[in-house]
This record gives sequence, C-alpha cells and structure tokens, in this order.
Amino acid sequence: MIPELGHFALIIALMLAVVQGTLPFMGARSGDAQLMAVARPAAVGQFAFVALAFGALAYSFLTNDFSVKNVARNSFSQLPAVYRLTATWGSHEGSMLLWVLMLAGWTAALTTFARRLPEATAARVLGVLGLVSVGFLGFVLATSNPFERLYPGPPDGADMNPLLQDVGMVLHPPMLYMGYVGFSVTFAFALAGLLGGRLDAAWARWTRPWTTVAWMFLTIGIALGSWWAYRELGWGGWWFWDPTENASLMPWLAGTALIHALAVMERRGQFVSWTLFLAIATFALSLLGTFLIRSGVLSSVHAFANDPARGLYILGLLGLVIGGSLLLYALRFPGGGRVATFGWVSRESLLLGNNALLVAALATVMLGTLYPLFLDALGFGKVSVGPPYFNAVFFPLVAPLLFLAGVGPLTPWQQAGARALAGRLKWPFAAALGVAIALPLAHGGLQPLAVLGVFLGVWILGGVLVGFAAARRRGARLLALPSGFWGMQVAHAGLGVLVIGITLVSSYAAERDVRMNVGDHVDLAGHRFVFRGASGHPGPNYVADRATVEVTAPDGTLLTLHPEKRKYNATGAGMTEAAVHSRLSGDLYVSLGEHLGGRAWSVRVYHKPFVGWLWAGAALMALGGLLAASDRRYRAPRSERLAPAEVGA
Amino acid sequence: MKRWLPLAAFAVLLGFLFAGLWLDPREVPSPLIGRPAPAFTLPVLERPGLTFSPADARGKAWLLNVWAPWCRTCRREHAFLMELAAAGVAIYGLNWQDQAREARRLLAEIGSPYALTVDDQDGRAGIDWGVTGVPETFLVDADGLVRAKHSGPLNARVYARMFAPLLEGKGP
Repeated sequence: MIPELGHFALIIALMLAVVQGTLPFMGARSGDAQLMAVARPAAVGQFAFVALAFGALAYSFLTNDFSVKNVARNSFSQLPAVYRLTATWGSHEGSMLLWVLMLAGWTAALTTFARRLPEATAARVLGVLGLVSVGFLGFVLATSNPFERLYPGPPDGADMNPLLQDVGMVLHPPMLYMGYVGFSVTFAFALAGLLGGRLDAAWARWTRPWTTVAWMFLTIGIALGSWWAYRELGWGGWWFWDPTENASLMPWLAGTALIHALAVMERRGQFVSWTLFLAIATFALSLLGTFLIRSGVLSSVHAFANDPARGLYILGLLGLVIGGSLLLYALRFPGGGRVATFGWVSRESLLLGNNALLVAALATVMLGTLYPLFLDALGFGKVSVGPPYFNAVFFPLVAPLLFLAGVGPLTPWQQAGARALAGRLKWPFAAALGVAIALPLAHGGLQPLAVLGVFLGVWILGGVLVGFAAARRRGARLLALPSGFWGMQVAHAGLGVLVIGITLVSSYAAERDVRMNVGDHVDLAGHRFVFRGASGHPGPNYVADRATVEVTAPDGTLLTLHPEKRKYNATGAGMTEAAVHSRLSGDLYVSLGEHLGGRAWSVRVYHKPFVGWLWAGAALMALGGLLAASDRRYRAPRSERLAPAEVGA
Repeated sequence: MKRWLPLAAFAVLLGFLFAGLWLDPREVPSPLIGRPAPAFTLPVLERPGLTFSPADARGKAWLLNVWAPWCRTCRREHAFLMELAAAGVAIYGLNWQDQAREARRLLAEIGSPYALTVDDQDGRAGIDWGVTGVPETFLVDADGLVRAKHSGPLNARVYARMFAPLLEGKGP
C-alpha cells in the first residue's frame, strides 16, 4: 500500500512539474500575473509530493518490505537501521529519486528565499526548474521506478553493497547531489536572464549566493567521497582519477570558475556572456556526470545501471536540456557586456587568468575521462587513461592557479600598482619559501614537487593573512568585516591547507606490506607496529576477523588499532575495514590482508603524513562558501543593496 | 560565429556519447585470441582423484566458463548455460579461487551446465588465462586454439554475436 502511495505521489508531482514548467512561461511572456503566480504553489506542491514518495520508499526500506524489488535487491533484514535508511538512495532507482527530491527541494527553497525577485524573473526561473524536473521525474517513472513490486516477495533481501555500508557513503551521495542539483538553480537563472534579456550586476547578485551554496555542497560531497575511498577501499588512496570522481570534479572546476566570474560580473558588470556560458556549462557538466555514471558508458565501481534504455533516456534529456539552452545562448548571445577596461595588473585580469586556468584544467580532465570512449567509438581500440596522464597535465595548470590565488585577493580592481603589490607580497613569499624548505626537510628530504606544493600552500595562507592585516590597517574591526570577505578568506585558507595536505601525503607517505605472526613487529616512520593476533568478532550482518595491532609512537605513547576483515552474511562478500588513527601530523593506517594460515596474516601498515589536512582544507573551503553566501548584501532590501566598500584593496 | 561554438562542440560530444552507449568498456580483447589455450592440470570437482587438462578436450570445440560460488552475476548466466548444455555445447567450468565444497553444494542445488568443473584453488590457471573477474567465458576450438573471450555474464545476444559464428551456428 505505502509503496503504491509513493508511486502515485510521484505521478502527481510530475503533473505539478508540467504545470510549473509551462504556465509561468506563458504568464511571463504575456505579463499575466495570475499565470505567473502559479509557479510558487506548483513548486511547493511538487516538493511535498516528491518528499512523500521519498518517505514512502524510505518506509519500505525501514520496514524490510522485500516485496518491493528495490528493497529486496538492496537491503537485508540484518542490516542496521541507519543503513536500511541510507539504502534508500544506495541503488540506481533510489538515487535518482533522491536527485528529484533535491531538485524539488532547491526549487521550494527558491520560492521562500527569493521573494524579492521581479515576478517575471521568478516565474521564468521556476519554470525552467519545472521543466528540468519534468525530465527527471519522467526518467524515474519511465525507466527507474523504485516502487516496482516482486511477486512473490523473497523472504529476505540481497543486502546493500558492503562497500556502501559506511558513514562516508551515507552522506556522500546527498551532498554530491545537493551540489549537482544546486547548479540547476544557477542554470535556471541563466536561462531566465537570456529569455528576459536582463543580464546585469543585479542578475549576478541574485545568482551568486545560490551558486556558492551549490558549490559548497559539491565540495563537501567530493571530500566525503574521497574520505570514504581512503577509509573503505583498504589501501589508503584518496583520489584515483576514476571516471566517477572526474565526473564530480568537472562541475566543481566549472563551478569554481563560475563563482569567480560572478564576482567580476557583480562588481564590474563585465564577463557577461562568459559568466552565462559557465552557468550553463556547470549544470551541463553535472548532467554529464549523472549520465556517465548512470549509463555505465564508462566502466567504474558505480556502473550498476548498465542499461542502454536508461542511458538513452538520460542522453536524450541531456541533449534537450543542454542543447536547448546552448541554442538559446547562441540566439540571444548577450555580447561582451561593458567594454573591458582594466589594466594588465588588476583584480579583473587575475580573475581572468583564474578562469582560463580552471577551464583549461577542466578540459584536460574531460579529455582524459572521455578519451577512451572517443577512441573506442572511432574503432581505434581500447585504452585506459590513468593517473600518470592526469598528474602530468593537471598539476602544471593548477600550480600557476594556486599562485594567482595568493595574489588575487590583494589586488585592487581596475588597475593595481605592481610595485605596491610586490611590497605586500614579499612577506608571504619569504615565509612560503622558508616553510617550503623546512617542512620537506623534516619529512625526509627535499623533493622538488614537495617544495613547490608546500610553497604554494603557504603562499596562499600568507596572502590570506596579509589580507586581514591590510583590513586592520585601514581601521576595520575584523569581526565587523562583511561575511563575503570572510568567506573568500576562509575558502582560500582552506585551499592552502588542502594543497599542503595533498603535497605532503603524496610525497612522504610510507607503507609496508608484511606477513605477521602473533608477536611479530614492523617499523614504519618511527612507529613500531606489533601484531597481537586476530579473532572472530560477529557484527550485525557480517562476521569479522578482528586483529589487534599495538603501536608504539616515537615518543613512547602506546595505542591499539583493530583492523577487520569482514565477510557479509547475505552475499559472502569480503571487505577490508582499515583501522585509522588520525592526528594533526598525519594518520597511522593499518589494514588486514589475507589469512596466511595458522595465526599469521598479511598486514599492511601505512603512515600518511598530513592526510587529515585534505579533509580539513575541504571543510574550510565549504565553510568559506557558506560564509560568502550569507553575506548581508544578498538579503538587504533593494535600496541598501550597494556593494560594500572594497575591503581587500 | 563564436556564439555557435558551444552548441557545435556539444553536438559532437553528444554523438560520441550516443556511440558509447552501444560499446562495452569492459570488453577488452584477450591477447590469447588465436593462440593455444594455456595448459593446466587441475582436480575435477565432480570426480575426486581425477584431473583435467585442456589437451583432454582436443578434437571438439568447447567453452571454458570461469565462475565462483560467491559470484552473484554468475547466477544470471546460469539459465543460459543450462540451455547451451542442453543443446550439446561442451562447457567446462573453472571454479576460480573458491572452496570446492561450496561449488559442489551449489551445483547440486541449482543444476550443473558443465561437462565437468575443475578447481582452481590458488588461481594460477586463472592468471595464465588472463582472468580478471568472474564470470568470463572462453571459446576453444577443436585444435586447442582460443578463439573468443567474453567478460561478464553470457546471454543469447552475446553468444549469437561472439560465439555462435565460430561454432558453425551450434547453440540453442
């Protein structure tokens, strides 16, 4: 009964989406206020019904209703309740329903928070979101119905993929989707702007906080995915240049470029057509990511929806949504906006550099990700593009980008004095150089890449400090500075922390892979790991061999780690559950390999210096996004909505 | 002109993505195609004490189906393998790195499509054959040469395209 209600609610939501995607456009065209006013209630109603459908599916999972095919395939009676709940979006069908829920949620939020938008703009924005929703609700209902029944229902389910039974995976998909789908709001603003012909600084100001919040969620989502891979895949890797990871990195890079382009458009009214293009491209890449993952076009962990019918539908949707909007873009091409008038050294020119480098980096990731597909489609055989390519082409583009990130916020708009700028930057430069030599030396030798990476990280952090110092010198109280400024500073600081983390863990991680009997020890990075044996340890839906490893740190402190090797009851699938001890200076990471007979096991121990800085940096970046989006000028009434005095310059 | 550039680029991309839908990224051509089947001598699951080598099957084309009792995807091809066996295709199973007891129990329960099953406990034969996962199916011809390989569950569509032409149309 409940699943059928969910199914029915989804159909009603589709009808409301059709209303939301048509009438408001007609209203905006003819100036009919009544038609335009349909948009908000339709959007709120759609959200309510999608939420009802989602609730129905979650209920089916929580109550172990194995007569629902989706539940039977992806859940299990012994599965802990929290994972039964998250199994709701652990399958293809469920995750697409989550996608739709997020879209409806963003749209509903828009009706609440954006009350001050001109009526016609609001109608068009909500109309575009309604059309996108029609496409995806249609997809779910036509090809991926999560409420399909099984007759007769099996006595028990097949269990959730053990890899997904982890807190990182509980949160990763919702956050990632919040980001992907959040860019649909930016996209809707772009199309509404093209349709209505209003593309100015005010447009940028409406769009900016939504874009920043979507970017924040995407940042968290990617970081959680990386954190999950680090802990769950059992070999301590945190980024693999896997197609699914690239699929989320591409919209992130485009979104990052968009955030910066929007800054120029809001302050200076420039980069108009470029900003619009980025707004469309960012959402297009989010859809492309969804397509690549859901269609199984690129083989990967996630390719569980390997079904041409589904792929064909999403591809058609992609063609319609993106092709249609690019057509509109071409027809209503807004031109360059105000004629660019800025000097060679200015905030604008540096942001232009930022955008050029980000888009170039994006292009290399896209090329590498799709290259195997291109060659295969042209009949040139199978290739795979791996980390060597990405590392070789991505980092040379990112290094100058990071350098600019340290300079940009300190550079005035329009025209900056190169000499004054150099004067401000001499202290960050000296500090970065010092740390870039000292830190790698302390970690076992100077490596050129480590020196460069640490330099860039500290350089960015130094730039942030100089920014605060400059504000102080002008007599500003730091806490009274606009949160937009704080957001930028915190996000940039996060980037610096992230870069330092990535650099050190890439250059100085150490590992040992050894056979250990009870009492054996292995030394790594000054730590002594003693194996105390493994014993059986039942879990809720698995049985584990749980090892005890005692670690003595260089300073003599003792700690105990318990890596596990699990065998899941429903599928018999094996899983390695690594034990991780995190500290500011790095992680100790122990994972249990194969049982080698007797009481001996193969054991892998890792030292991962500064790896925690990666997640901390990403968290700071996300926090920066939140601060930036909450700036008062996005909320103040129109008369007060003047850009605040430039604080960074 | 430049306003149409994004649309044009997108159209090209769309074409490739469309083509990609009909390609299988996991279908990697095996270097063994056209070469003699790698030799092994492994215990036969059904007849303790007996062993089997590819050379024993000379003179008639046969399939080597690599599977394991834990593998859920292998169950998806089970019904089709039964059909093939009923149509007279010789299928030899290779239990890849899983317990013989489990394999025997499972085959007794769901029925065996195999002429016989060999037990590759340590996975060494799997390495020689370039097995990357289960299920995988190889076609070996009457002269003992590997003629085709499919990764993933076998079904009528794949069989008709990759295997049947080489077996002179033999099959269900």
